[in-house]
Amino acid sequence: MHNEDRLQPSDIMVLNPNFHFRWEEPQQSHVLLYPEGIVKLNATAAEILEMCVMRGLTVAEGTEQLAHRYDGADLMSDVMQFMELAYAKGWIRPKS
Amino acid sequence: MPKAGSGLSLDGLGMPLWLVVELTYKCPLKCPWCSNPVDFDRYRNELSTEEWKDLLREGRRLGSLQLGFTGGEPTLRKDLEELVDEANRLGYYTNLITSGVGLSPQRVRDLKRAGLKQVQLSLQSCDSELSEKLVGLDVFAHKIEIARTIKAEGFPMVMNVPVSRYNIDQTEALIDLAADLGVEYLEFANLQYYNWALINRADLLPTRQQLKQSEAAVAAARERLGKRLTIYFVVPDYFDERPKACMNGWGAIHLTIAPDGTALPCQEARLIKDIDFPNVREHSLDWIWRESPAFRRFRGDDWMKEPCRSCDDREKDFAGCRCQAFLLTGDAANTDPVCSKSPHRYLIDDILLEAENRQERAGADALIMRARCRS
Repeated sequence: MHNEDRLQPSDIMVLNPNFHFRWEEPQQSHVLLYPEGIVKLNATAAEILEMCVMRGLTVAEGTEQLAHRYDGADLMSDVMQFMELAYAKGWIRPKS
Repeated sequence: MPKAGSGLSLDGLGMPLWLVVELTYKCPLKCPWCSNPVDFDRYRNELSTEEWKDLLREGRRLGSLQLGFTGGEPTLRKDLEELVDEANRLGYYTNLITSGVGLSPQRVRDLKRAGLKQVQLSLQSCDSELSEKLVGLDVFAHKIEIARTIKAEGFPMVMNVPVSRYNIDQTEALIDLAADLGVEYLEFANLQYYNWALINRADLLPTRQQLKQSEAAVAAARERLGKRLTIYFVVPDYFDERPKACMNGWGAIHLTIAPDGTALPCQEARLIKDIDFPNVREHSLDWIWRESPAFRRFRGDDWMKEPCRSCDDREKDFAGCRCQAFLLTGDAANTDPVCSKSPHRYLIDDILLEAENRQERAGADALIMRARCRS
């Protein structure tokens, strides 16, 4: 991390170790479970988390992989926006 | 419990996402704000290990995700580890809500092995003298030892502080203690006035000035500590103009099972005397949640009266708390009297005024401690 609160595309982010990320069949959605909390993720958020956090890639690499699914669209600003939010909420943190 | 201020309004698609199991009402502590029924000793007919396991399976089938083991003191049940193990296997995120009394370092390790995910430990004060006054037993040193063990075992931990006028001035010291212990979440749970807390309300309510100072200390600490420590501040709703969005609505996402198997939309609901709450020994959980008259009684907003019926906030606050409406106005379908639009708001204002003007007492001696004789 170059700066404590600004994410960079070259960062590798990981899931907060106290969080669990999984598909929940009855809800038909991905969820984040953490101490006394639940977040239901929409399909886009879940896809970004899955690609840009759960695979150990840098944010830029994850975004590039995602772009392949969407005809090479430029997703960087959307991804960064979500990642900033997830970081601010403490769902994800920089890999140490 | 969902945290006030989390800003999350969770659509559970009609499923009981939060399952709270009160394994027993027994507890060695005597907290004068206990949320258990005042006549807790009447409910000795606790569900067996197998009955709890059946219930956990049914809960998962209904879509429950978060599971809270609570009480009374849940660690008094010898089968806690076995139930945690089963819950973990079923896919719940398992939370233990405990006073720490009844836990030993070895038991903390056993629970970790059984798959427990998180521990919420209550702490009433940062010094042993006040702690003993408030809970009736000398358990402070033990609680701290257990807190350290919980962290050493790698659990995420919520330190829960039930806040009254007796400990609210320790806000800053409690924050320092939480930071020192390395807990992730600190919850200042200003008391909600039901059951035992209601009996002691006149004595427990903080003053507005105390509340303001406490909030300022929390704000400063959030600034200072950042992501190291998440501090929840559950406001005492009496001091608010708008009612709390209690339970995210009646029968919306919360399901509590009392020690005797009674199913409740919240842990206090049993105090609404004119509702016959169903029991898991007699009905399927599916029927209880979807069909039972008790759970349908205040679901949605068809039941609402004025001023809620025509109020735009009804989808945000669900008319507040049914239990509070029942306790203070005599009718659970009334608007929560905390709401400034309620014709009963004066009741709350009178209570607050009384707290501001009460004579200062030296200690906590006036409190009526939780005890069996009261039952």
